[in-house]
Amino acid sequence: MSEAVFFYLFTTVMVLAALSVVLNRQPIYSVLSLLLAMFCLAALFVMLGAYFVAALQILLYAGAVLVLFLFVIMLLNLEPEALSRMRLFTLRTAGTLSALVFFLALSKILRSAGQPSTFPNPSPSSGTVESVGRLLFSTYLVPFELTSFLILAAIIGAVTLAKQHPHE
Amino acid sequence: MITLTHYLVASALLFAIGLVGILTRRNVLMILLSIELIFNAANLAFVAYARAWGDVGGQVVVFFIITVAAAEVTVGLAIAVLLSRQLKTLNADEISLLKW
Repeated sequence: MSEAVFFYLFTTVMVLAALSVVLNRQPIYSVLSLLLAMFCLAALFVMLGAYFVAALQILLYAGAVLVLFLFVIMLLNLEPEALSRMRLFTLRTAGTLSALVFFLALSKILRSAGQPSTFPNPSPSSGTVESVGRLLFSTYLVPFELTSFLILAAIIGAVTLAKQHPHE
Repeated sequence: MITLTHYLVASALLFAIGLVGILTRRNVLMILLSIELIFNAANLAFVAYARAWGDVGGQVVVFFIITVAAAEVTVGLAIAVLLSRQLKTLNADEISLLKW
């Protein structure tokens, strides 16, 4: 019973925050709304028994990614989007309609897909650092190592891109 | 009674909102933010399935998705800074260097 209350509470806030991300004219408010959505999502993760992932969500997304976004937005001093009225209308109608059709199709597929009949309560040990870490360093060791290459490539790419070219 | 389908529909809703953002906003930074929303929709679906099947593997996949998202944002924001510095715009419609 309490699970239903919290599920609907967090999902509603999350969806409202996500809508505010998309609809806000000011990018800075969008980023702050995304922060709220991330926190609600972390709460949903806790309800699903994924404690480690919930902590990662807050530390990495709220702590690192969104701060990066905030820095760049403050650095760039954005002006509001200037589009012609006709183009804005076409864009909004087409985008919203196609996303609506997509959502209806997706929820239809999800409802008809073969799924496990039971939805067991998470066992207390299923989402801890220990269990995820054990799996990460045994079954998923190769992808984990490849991740370090990806991050290295991203660091080198970002530094190369952002470097000033004095000869230009 | 909350079932797997509830979580999956919430995930689909989040995905659709992110899709609206990508399709309707023209600012490069807003498109990147919408992509983050879509990443999180995928995360929610993975974690919900991880609980349904009693398999921690789904949570490990979320770990990888978060890492990939962080790498994507790093490079994407570097490109956005470059765009505003060199082309003086962040409007995706005006950036057509590769088109013609």
